[in-house]
Amino acid sequence: MKIILHIIKKEFLQFKRDPKMLVMVIFAPVIQLIFLGYAATFDVNIVHTAVFDMDRSSGSRAFVEQFEKSGYFSIDYYIHDYEELNTLVNHAKVIVGIVIPRNFEKDMYSGKKPVVQAIFDGSDGNTASIAAGYVQSIFTSYAGEIMQEMISNKGQFVLPAGTLEPETRVWYNPELKTRKFMVPGIVGLLLMLITLILTSLAIVKEKEIGTFEQLIVTPIKPYQLIIGKLVPFTIVGLLATVVVLTAMQVIFNIPVRGSTSFLFVATTIYVLSLLGLGLFVSTISKTQQQAMMLAIFAIMLPMVYLSGFAFPIENMPKSIQYVTYLIPLRYFITIIRGIILKGIGFSQLWVETTVLLLMGIAILLLSSLRFKRKLD
Amino acid sequence: MFSRTRAVAKKEVKQLLRDKRMLFVIFFFPVFLLGVFGYAVNFDVKHIQLGLRDLSRSPESREIVRTLTASEYFDYKMDFTTDDEIRNALDKKLVQCIIVIPEDLTEKLNTRGGKAKLQVLIDGVDGNTATIIMNYIKAASGSLDREFKEKILTRLGISIQMPLGIEPIFWFNPDLKSTWFLIPGLIAMILIVTAVVSVSLTLVREKERGTIEQINVSSINTIELLIGKSLPYIIIALINAAFIILAGYMLFGLVVKGSFVLLFFSTLIFIIASVSMGIFVSVVADSQQVAFTIATFLSLLPSVILSGFIFPIDSMPWAVQIITNVTPAKFFLQALRAIILRGAGLPAFWIQLVYLSMFIIVFLGLATIINRRKSAI
Repeated sequence: MKIILHIIKKEFLQFKRDPKMLVMVIFAPVIQLIFLGYAATFDVNIVHTAVFDMDRSSGSRAFVEQFEKSGYFSIDYYIHDYEELNTLVNHAKVIVGIVIPRNFEKDMYSGKKPVVQAIFDGSDGNTASIAAGYVQSIFTSYAGEIMQEMISNKGQFVLPAGTLEPETRVWYNPELKTRKFMVPGIVGLLLMLITLILTSLAIVKEKEIGTFEQLIVTPIKPYQLIIGKLVPFTIVGLLATVVVLTAMQVIFNIPVRGSTSFLFVATTIYVLSLLGLGLFVSTISKTQQQAMMLAIFAIMLPMVYLSGFAFPIENMPKSIQYVTYLIPLRYFITIIRGIILKGIGFSQLWVETTVLLLMGIAILLLSSLRFKRKLD
Repeated sequence: MFSRTRAVAKKEVKQLLRDKRMLFVIFFFPVFLLGVFGYAVNFDVKHIQLGLRDLSRSPESREIVRTLTASEYFDYKMDFTTDDEIRNALDKKLVQCIIVIPEDLTEKLNTRGGKAKLQVLIDGVDGNTATIIMNYIKAASGSLDREFKEKILTRLGISIQMPLGIEPIFWFNPDLKSTWFLIPGLIAMILIVTAVVSVSLTLVREKERGTIEQINVSSINTIELLIGKSLPYIIIALINAAFIILAGYMLFGLVVKGSFVLLFFSTLIFIIASVSMGIFVSVVADSQQVAFTIATFLSLLPSVILSGFIFPIDSMPWAVQIITNVTPAKFFLQALRAIILRGAGLPAFWIQLVYLSMFIIVFLGLATIINRRKSAI
C-alpha cells in the first residue's frame, strides 16, 4: 500500500512540474467543447440559391417569392443561362438553382403541367438532400394553393374526399435541435482525448527514458505500479469529467432529464475503460511515437466514426455494425443521450453500463498481465 | 546545403525503416481506416425500425402499412396494443418510429373536409435521423393522400391533376451517395492527423533525448534540418494520399473527375501546410506528451468538426464560422470536392490554395519567432 502511495505521489509531483500539461488537460477540452458544440449542427439554415426564370411572369415571380418567404433560401443570383449556373455551382457560390421554364404561368393554368427544375450541387450531399426536402415542401404547398385557386375559380367544384395528414411528434427532442444530441457526444469524445493522452504514454515514457529498468530492479510489483499509475490519472480524469459535464450544462444549457448522479457514475465507468485502453497501448508500445500513433489510429479515429456520434450506427453495413460493439464510446453515447434526452436510468441502461464496466475491467487486467510478462 | 539536407532525410528514413511497427501503422492504417470508415460514414437512412398501432384495421390502413414497408426505408418491427408498450419500446430503442392509425380512418377519408390524422411518433435522440424520417413520412403520406383521393374521385367519375411538376436533379452525384462527398473529408482528416503528429513528434523527440544539442553544434542550419526531417514525412503522406484515392476508387467507385496534376499540387500544398503546423507544435512543446496533446487538439477534432466535412459551415454561428479558418482541412476539403467531384479547374479553387499557402507562411513564421525567443532565454 505504501509503495502504491509513493508512486501516486511521484506521479503528482510530475504533474506539478509540468503545469502546461495540466492546464491543457483541463481547459483545452472546455474551450473545444464551446466551439465544437456550437459548430456541430446539421441544421441547414441558409441555402444559397440562384434563380433562372425563363418565364418572367407574375406567376413565376409569385413562385420564387415562396422560396424567399420560407426563410431558408437566400436568392443570391438571378441568372440567364445554364452556363452561369454551372460556374456558380463550380465555384460553390450556390447550392441550388431553380429553373422555371418558358410559359410557366400559361401552361400552369391551361393544364399543361409545366415542370420546374431544381438543380442541386450533389458534391455537398447532406446540405443538398436537406435543401431538396425544403424545395419539395415549398413546391407541394404552392401546388396545393394553385389547385385550390383553380378549383374555386371554377366555382362549383368541391372535393368530396377527406385528407390524410401526418401529425408528427418527435419524442425526447421536440425542437429537433442538433446541439442537444451532439454536445453529449462531444463530451464523450473530449473525455476520450484527455484520458488517452494521459495514459497512453504513462509506461512507454519510462521505457524510453530508461527509468523503466530502474523500476524493474525495485521491489515494486506490477499491479502496484499499474494501480499507482492509474489512481492519479483517474483523479485527473474525474476532474476533467466534472469540468466538462458542468461546462456542458452551464454553457449549452442542456438540462439533464435523468439522474445526475447516475450520469457521473456512468461517466466514471467510461473514463475507467478508457484509462485501461490507454494503459494497454502504453504497455504494448516500444516508443512514445508508436504509442501515440496507435492511440490515434487504432482508438481515437474509430471512436469518432464508429461510435454513432455523427453517423448513425443503424445506417452502417451489418459487418461494420458488429465492429462498433468494440467501441466503448458507442455504449457511453447511448447512456449519456439516454440520461440527458430521454431521462431514463439504470433500469433501462444496465446492459450498456455493465458492458462498459466489463470492458474496463477486462482491458485493465489484460494490460497488467501483458505488463507482468514483460517484466519477467 | 543539399548534401546536409539529404543526410538528415536519410537518417530519418533509416530510423523509420528500423521501426517496423511504426511503418505498419503509418502505411496500413490510413488505407484500412478509409475502408472501414468509408462504409461507416453515411447519412443514408434506410431500414427504419417501424412500430405500428393499427386501430382502424381497414383496407385503407393496410394500404398505408403496405406502402411504407414496401420501400427499403421502413422495416416492420412490431405491433402495439397499449400506450405503455409504446413508451417502453421508444425508451429501449426497439423501434425508431411508431405510427398510430386512427379508428376513424376510413370514415374521415370519405367525408368532405374530413381530416384523418396519422399519429407519428419519432425517436428524436438522433435529431438528424429524426428529421430524415419525418421527411419520408411526409412524402409517403402526401402520395397516399393523393392515391386515396384519386380512388374516391374516379369512383365518382371526376379527375384531378397537379397543376405543375418538379424535377430535382443532383449534379455530380446523381444518386446522392453520401459516401462520395464524405470521402474527401476522410482523406483530408487522415492526412492532416498523420502529418501533424508524426512531424511534431520526430522533432520533439530530439529535444527530449537531448540530441538536439548535438545537432545545434553541428554545421547544419535550422532550415536544412527542418527540410531534411520533414521531407520523408511529406513523401509518406503523398504515397498515403495516392493509396487512399486508389482505395476510394476500388471500394467506393469514387472517380477523380478533374485533373490529377491539380490534385497532386493541391495535396502537396496541404501536406506542407500540415507539416508546418507540426513544426509549429514542435517548437511550442518541450516533451512528446505536450506535443501529442497540442497536435491532437489542433488537428483531430477541428478537422472533423470544423472543416465542413460533416457539419455545414454556413449553418454555424458567425463567431464559430471565423474559427473554422484555423484548420487547413477546411480549405483542402473545398479544393478536393471541386477537383474530385465536380471536375472543376483552377479558377474554382485557386483562392483555397492561396489560403493553404498562407498557413505555411503563418505557421513557419510563428515557429521562427517562438524559437528565437526560446533560444534567447
